[in-house]
Amino acid sequence: MSIEIAPGECVALIGESGSGKTTLLRSFNRMVEPTSGRVLVDGEDTRALDAITLRRRIGYVPQDGGLMPHWRIRRNVSLVPRLRAMPDADALADAALRLAGLDPARFATRWPRELSGGQRQRASIARALAARPAIVLMDEPFGALDAITRSELRQSFRALRRELAVTTVIVTHDLHEAIELADRIAVLRAGRIEQFTDPARLVASPGTEYVATLLARAGVTS
Amino acid sequence: MRRAAAAGVALVALFAVRPGGDCAGAQDAPAQSRPVVVASKPFGESYLLSEMFAQLLEARGMRVVRRRGLGATEIAFRALREGSIDVYPEYTGTGLIAILGAQPMNDQAAVFDTVSRVFGARWGVRWLAPLGFENTYAMAVRRGTSDSLGLRTLSDLARVAPTLRAGFTPDFIGRADGLPGLAKAYGLALRDVHSLLPAIKYQALASGQVDVIDGYSTDGLIARYDLVVLQDDHHFFPPYQAAALVGRSLASEVPAAIGALGELSGRLTESRMRALNRRVEVDGGDIGAVARDALRDLGLVGQPAATASGSEVRRGAPSLGTYLWERRATIASLTARHLLLVTLSLLAAIVAGVPLALALERTPAGAEAVIRGVGVLQTIPGIALLAFMIPVLGIGVTPALVALFLYSLYPIVRNTYTGVRDADAGAVDAARALGMTNVQLLRDVRLPLAAPVIMAGIRTAAVIDVGTATLAAFIGAGGLGDPIVAGLALSDTKMILSGAIPAALLALVVDGAIAVVERAVAPGGVRASSR
Repeated sequence: MSIEIAPGECVALIGESGSGKTTLLRSFNRMVEPTSGRVLVDGEDTRALDAITLRRRIGYVPQDGGLMPHWRIRRNVSLVPRLRAMPDADALADAALRLAGLDPARFATRWPRELSGGQRQRASIARALAARPAIVLMDEPFGALDAITRSELRQSFRALRRELAVTTVIVTHDLHEAIELADRIAVLRAGRIEQFTDPARLVASPGTEYVATLLARAGVTS
Repeated sequence: MRRAAAAGVALVALFAVRPGGDCAGAQDAPAQSRPVVVASKPFGESYLLSEMFAQLLEARGMRVVRRRGLGATEIAFRALREGSIDVYPEYTGTGLIAILGAQPMNDQAAVFDTVSRVFGARWGVRWLAPLGFENTYAMAVRRGTSDSLGLRTLSDLARVAPTLRAGFTPDFIGRADGLPGLAKAYGLALRDVHSLLPAIKYQALASGQVDVIDGYSTDGLIARYDLVVLQDDHHFFPPYQAAALVGRSLASEVPAAIGALGELSGRLTESRMRALNRRVEVDGGDIGAVARDALRDLGLVGQPAATASGSEVRRGAPSLGTYLWERRATIASLTARHLLLVTLSLLAAIVAGVPLALALERTPAGAEAVIRGVGVLQTIPGIALLAFMIPVLGIGVTPALVALFLYSLYPIVRNTYTGVRDADAGAVDAARALGMTNVQLLRDVRLPLAAPVIMAGIRTAAVIDVGTATLAAFIGAGGLGDPIVAGLALSDTKMILSGAIPAALLALVVDGAIAVVERAVAPGGVRASSR
């Protein structure tokens, strides 16, 4: 497969469990080392970069938030600025919290367990953005939330993206989410890309039988 | 952040604590004019003879270190052979069969000649001339059993053995001159054989829990419980003449000691010994006082200066509370020694166990096997582990610390391994994906998250340690096991409790103290959520 993502673009990777979308996502920050092929970031082969340095330049939001339970929210969100020894890590954390829709005055000194699932996920997004990375990877970021919270977070996320032109890759198995959030959608099946196009074209003209079935099953087309 | 830092500091602090003054080691080192180390095995007569040796040596101007109640034959003899002790009372028959593994023989003189010759040639260990009495195994039954079944001899016993329950000391069950040989010599097949400590076998027999026990012919308790000793009509048991068994270096390093100990040779008749044992085992006489009286009666020491307190301490007299209060200074020092053993071995186990577990966590392939191997150490009986270590480490504090260290290792390694491995997988993955190095991950995330589990392992190890440390008494390391072992040997319940009660309290205190540390070390967010 080959996939190219433009700066500032939001791409959704969609597919069933085992289709390889998470593996593809994790190969971008070398959490998975590709057995063959290359990953270029800003034209540079990631294998030539130090994995730790690379990861610190790329935001990451896992499904369950992945906050450190033994750190307060501000400490969690300031993780990457601290790792990169940026000055004013706490200020960066507070700014990111505000971007993600959490008031630092209320939340910064709380423990993760004192937050709701949606708030934790906002904190996780804030953590991914705190060091102002050019790229953010999100692995089913809203998958574990209830429907109302999920829709709130999607709206916040779209608002956030209007402010920050950050290149984003979202893994999801929810076609509606992909259509709502992404500039382009890559449909994966068994490790291959079935179709990679923008939402309107995907809905209007499914490239393969599989994509058409997927659309129909999600109720996007009849 | 503050929490995590606190957790890190606490762990580091634990690691950094070094054993303080080695007050335990001081007495292990040989001094210029060195003291004579006098030991005993853990039963009444051995304590008494050992104390007589000690007092006699002191009366002749020598310094003495007492190492009483050493394990059993195996441990006491190894300690002698390795030079950790200088002398202890042993029996020629035991030397012949249990130590040399030779065939039984019946001639007293031949047995003494054999053990003298072979012990000298093989180990440089010397049997002084026998003390004058024999203390053979005495298979004893209740008078009622003897009358109703017509039991007079061991052949009679063999006839009815399939209907009888036996209560034998572990030593007797295992030794060639004990049950295995006896069973072969008489065709003895008992219905049940229970392993009983010397201290309780007489009570078990008297109360009908068992029908036959292995006593010693000079035991004071045979008369007290009105027991019948069955005659060894096939002459299976070899002669067990009591004698001082002396280690290699004593004759050259403290020559006067040999002469002094020799003064007891031939002086103790069987009836005198039985009377002395009776004062200790039945009347609850103080070992020191009984030994002093015996030496005085034999004309070996003069009248004591002014020892009003030296007279008999009656066991029945003081209440338990009074007894404990009177011994508070001793109990306090034994408790301090106990705590020292536990603390040092536990710290060593933490210092070794936590890094070991972390290393294993990096190599999951072999980890389970190694941890199980460490677990197997726990299944080795304490006495056996201690016996194995005597050739390398001698007796005293060092082997006790090593044994306790090995016993504490498993809970610490297991919990650290599990705690770190299972630390919040989502958080660990996210931390790695955001660019934490392995070292940062371990130090800042995985260890703090595992801290409560690790502390629980340390707590378990500590409580086990407090209990296991009572075994240290068997190899002369002191601690609260001392009065337990001595009390068991002398059938002295109060003495046993004077070790057991503080040990139990100590376990509670240690458990509580570590619980406090545990709470302090638990990371804030995790700690709060566990309530």
